[in-house]
Amino acid sequence: MNAFTFERAARATDATTAVAARPAAMFLAGGTTLVDLMKVDVLAPDTVVDVRHLGLSRIDVSDRAITVGAAVTNSQLAWHPVVRDRYPVLSEAILSGATAQIRNMATVAGNILQRTRCPYFRDVHASCNRRKPGTGCDALEGFNRGHAVLGVSEQCIATHPSDMCVALTVLDAEVHTLRPNSTTRSIPFRDFHLVPGDTPHVEVALEHGELITHIVIPDPPAARRSRYLKVRDRASYEFALASAAVVLDLDGDTIRLARLGLGGVATKPWRASEAEQILTGRKATDEAFRDAAEIALTGAVAREHNHFKIELAKRTIVRAFAAARDANV
Amino acid sequence: MRTTLRVNSTTHELSVDSRLTLLDALRDVLGLTGTKKGCDQGACGACTVIIDSQRVLSCLTLVATCEGQDVVTIEGLAAGDELHPMQAAFLHCDGFQCGYCTPGQILSAVCAVQEVHAGVPSHVTRDVRQTVNAATLSDEEIRERMSGNLCRCAAYPNIVAAVRQVLSSADFSTVARSAEIEVES
Repeated sequence: MNAFTFERAARATDATTAVAARPAAMFLAGGTTLVDLMKVDVLAPDTVVDVRHLGLSRIDVSDRAITVGAAVTNSQLAWHPVVRDRYPVLSEAILSGATAQIRNMATVAGNILQRTRCPYFRDVHASCNRRKPGTGCDALEGFNRGHAVLGVSEQCIATHPSDMCVALTVLDAEVHTLRPNSTTRSIPFRDFHLVPGDTPHVEVALEHGELITHIVIPDPPAARRSRYLKVRDRASYEFALASAAVVLDLDGDTIRLARLGLGGVATKPWRASEAEQILTGRKATDEAFRDAAEIALTGAVAREHNHFKIELAKRTIVRAFAAARDANV
Repeated sequence: MRTTLRVNSTTHELSVDSRLTLLDALRDVLGLTGTKKGCDQGACGACTVIIDSQRVLSCLTLVATCEGQDVVTIEGLAAGDELHPMQAAFLHCDGFQCGYCTPGQILSAVCAVQEVHAGVPSHVTRDVRQTVNAATLSDEEIRERMSGNLCRCAAYPNIVAAVRQVLSSADFSTVARSAEIEVES
């Protein structure tokens, strides 16, 4: 691990100033991504600024939204009674990821900013355009069973690993930030993560030194009928091969509104808007869900070892919607 | 850099490299070798400790971030010669073979029981809106809640039995002593 200077920021503006001043400085929150990747020399900050003591650990509930501080832990959010009641998809997504120990450490902002688990990204001896632009991508012709089929490019096919983010994208969350020039902005969740394209090393819509302060999750009543379904190689403590976050608003057996997010198959938390639209006004049948699944995976590009993910994702979508339809709300 | 570390109710003044993890500080600086180094990359749970009543991984925690926090290791769990109920349950149920993962398993289990008594759901809870009931918890649910602690000897059936023994125990106050979790309302 590279040597670094450790600083603990007392105020958010101190943190943004400290990181903005040094190109190789980074924020540290729960450490489950950063410390891990520093140990394998994938990340080598010269300054690490601890941002867990900025007063950003609160969850504030109102009638129209909840506001979640950046340093709220994954456990804190998943266990919150109002989250469990209003947004079961969010609790389910978080609880399906990692382990109790990691969820106790990992923060909401850290989860949003977590890096891919692509083994070539994590291996400094491999070629990886995301880690080192212009060096190539060993995953394209390598062992790519876990890799993405949606949002891919010839530069990168790394899967976005988060479960929580798939729920946040169907809930239309907003990411609020503090910039180094002391202004603030909010970024719609769908615009926060970027597909790799020709610049896979640019992963999110943040400038250097910009700090996530909180996220806001609006409260559509329909979110009460929502589910997260995750399919993986092990029963627990494993990343998704395919996952679906769904919201269904039903009028009897007719769909008023549907939302669909996908995990484990895409280079960013994936919102399948066209699939959502064809469900509006249809009866909530498995056949309708299958039609939506076909549209959601249109344009999927598989490599040698991950072709199975296309059909797996479709079946995951159908099962998730059916579970939401059949849930007692 | 200088930092302070509070472990098992004792505060230590340390001069450390900023790269030092809590795990290496416990073992190599303080000589508390009960906390084990397994994978050293957050995958196995052998290094589990309790910080401010929450189970966490000491291998992914920089010691410098622990200032002002309370760390409990396996050495701090018993009350003198009186074993913690979870330690006694692991002995009674034979919840280990080689013992290397056991300190992490026990600390993790203490917190798992506390979380169940707080009623918080897990991935296998059928409806996250439900309050979990310790008396009716399935083996599947205990396994899910303990999935962050690997055992290469595969003592899992007996580990589940040990956790269930403490879950079923009327004498829960001694468990709560070491780990209290708060659920916001």
